Amino acid sequence: MEHTLSLSELQAVRADFPLLERTVRDGQPLVYLDSGATSQKPHPVLDAEQDFYQQRNAAVHRGAHQLAEEATDAFEGAREQVARFVGVDEDEIVWTSGATAALNLVANGFQHASLGRGGAQAERFRLGAGDEIVVTEVEHHSNLIPWQELAARTGATLKWVPVLDNGRLDTGALATVVTERTKVLAFTHASNVTGAVTDVAAFVNRAREVGAITVLDACQSVPNLPVNFHELGVDFAAFSGHKMLGPTGVGALYGRREMLEAMPAVNFGGSMVEVVTMESATYMPAPQKFEAGTQMVAQAVAMGAAAQYLSDLGMEGVLAHERELAAEMLKIAEIPGIRIIGPMDLEHRLAVVSFVVDGVHAHDVGQLLDNDGIAVRVGHHCAQPLHKRFGAASSSRVSGSVYNTIDEIARFRESLKGVRAFFSVD
Amino acid sequence: MEQLYQQVILDHSKHPNGKGLVDLTDDLLGGESHQVNPTCGDEVTMRVMFEGTGGDRTISKVSWDGQGCSISQASISILTDLVEGKKVSEAEAVAELFRDLMNTRGKGFADDDAEAEDKEDQLGDATAFTGVSKFPARIKCALLGWSALRDTFAKTGALADAQAATVTGTGGVHEPHGE
Repeated sequence: MEHTLSLSELQAVRADFPLLERTVRDGQPLVYLDSGATSQKPHPVLDAEQDFYQQRNAAVHRGAHQLAEEATDAFEGAREQVARFVGVDEDEIVWTSGATAALNLVANGFQHASLGRGGAQAERFRLGAGDEIVVTEVEHHSNLIPWQELAARTGATLKWVPVLDNGRLDTGALATVVTERTKVLAFTHASNVTGAVTDVAAFVNRAREVGAITVLDACQSVPNLPVNFHELGVDFAAFSGHKMLGPTGVGALYGRREMLEAMPAVNFGGSMVEVVTMESATYMPAPQKFEAGTQMVAQAVAMGAAAQYLSDLGMEGVLAHERELAAEMLKIAEIPGIRIIGPMDLEHRLAVVSFVVDGVHAHDVGQLLDNDGIAVRVGHHCAQPLHKRFGAASSSRVSGSVYNTIDEIARFRESLKGVRAFFSVD
Repeated sequence: MEQLYQQVILDHSKHPNGKGLVDLTDDLLGGESHQVNPTCGDEVTMRVMFEGTGGDRTISKVSWDGQGCSISQASISILTDLVEGKKVSEAEAVAELFRDLMNTRGKGFADDDAEAEDKEDQLGDATAFTGVSKFPARIKCALLGWSALRDTFAKTGALADAQAATVTGTGGVHEPHGE
């Protein structure tokens, strides 16, 4: 029996999030169901960032003074917290400005290798005509366009694993789509549209058969379910701070140690070098060789606090809570004229539910829900190809987090029931 | 909500005017524009046909197709009604007024604006969008069709003709900024 968050635990969690106390649209309580876009932040995260600036702010990895020591400890301590949270070693975590930057960093690593940089050890990262990059049809634009660009620059071919009508990836197609020519297999851990959690093992096993490097978009999974990248066996994974109760402006790239060692650096400047002459430079070992320039230190420290906050809650409990929210969300299928894009069962799925209201545009759906104080996402959620695949230009999406209650989902359902009547659609 | 979704907007969105593209054939005076709202993927293709030349160029027909929310669809429908039969210079002035209305944050034209009533007369049913201007995320929806209209003016040279005629009318083609 999974332990979910008890009502009293949930009330305690909610009390940690100051923003949830505010009202919207003429004094109504806020029902925030847009955590898939960005989550709200608890006091320990807000305090960590403020405390850093008030007590420890200094340049890290340089300076012989006490503040510099404390700032460096806080920064590297956060790296350790985040690494532990996702089951990896601290030198396998590279700070980035976000998940998009992390995915671009990997794609650019391939690009630099393909231009001949990185020496013999970068051989695996070299792409050219005849090589293949494989993504999936459900990817967020951030895990699609960097690979489109890489293909265009290197002459490699871009292919994709299709999505099934039930919103799940067609793992059966891996055997044919992924071939001996595939050098990269980039895929999401959990779709930000369908909420479906990917069968990572199927992708990793196929990639290993052909020697392809795996890149996982873990933005939606890391905040909502227990994640251990070593156990998943992926080569790279990207996730962002702001979706996991942390601040904006920071994210992380996980790279298996030998991958980070072999991949060429892509950003250059201070903090990532050993010896510099007028002609050339040598670079530090990973992860520092990927962290050129002054880092987002206060944000990294706060992301560490977010990882700690979720760890303390217990990710098994978070997942069980997520499942309860998802069950409540999926009940909207009983409302006439509602079509859900994504799986209807609760196995391997997040509390992320996208839906189309027959006869009413997503923007209008969102507007009416907002009028009742309910914040949802409308549009294509940065996944235009997926929407096209399901015959919708746009959809509305609810996404839950640790602080959402069953009552809030019920309020959303009640509000949604009135939408078609308002627009006189029957 | 009723302030945002006025009945006239709901009616137009359900029964839009001008929807369904009419072929431009080889009418050299016609123009087409495709506009997209990148935040939601909504789009419109608009074809505008003209009669007459130079400063007298008049909009004879607006046709369009596309998909979008009730605000964008109603706005294009009302636009169609408003500008057909108008001179390009007049339609451009209405488009400018509509953009001004969208910048009023839900208040509409100010009470102390002596021309407020005249402006509302010119905008006709489009004044129903006053409530939309209170919702920043929806202003783009309301402006989608108007952007397409102005784009056809620019592409076909209709706007340049209208502006040149205005300048000529007030004396001196060689002093476009002098008056």
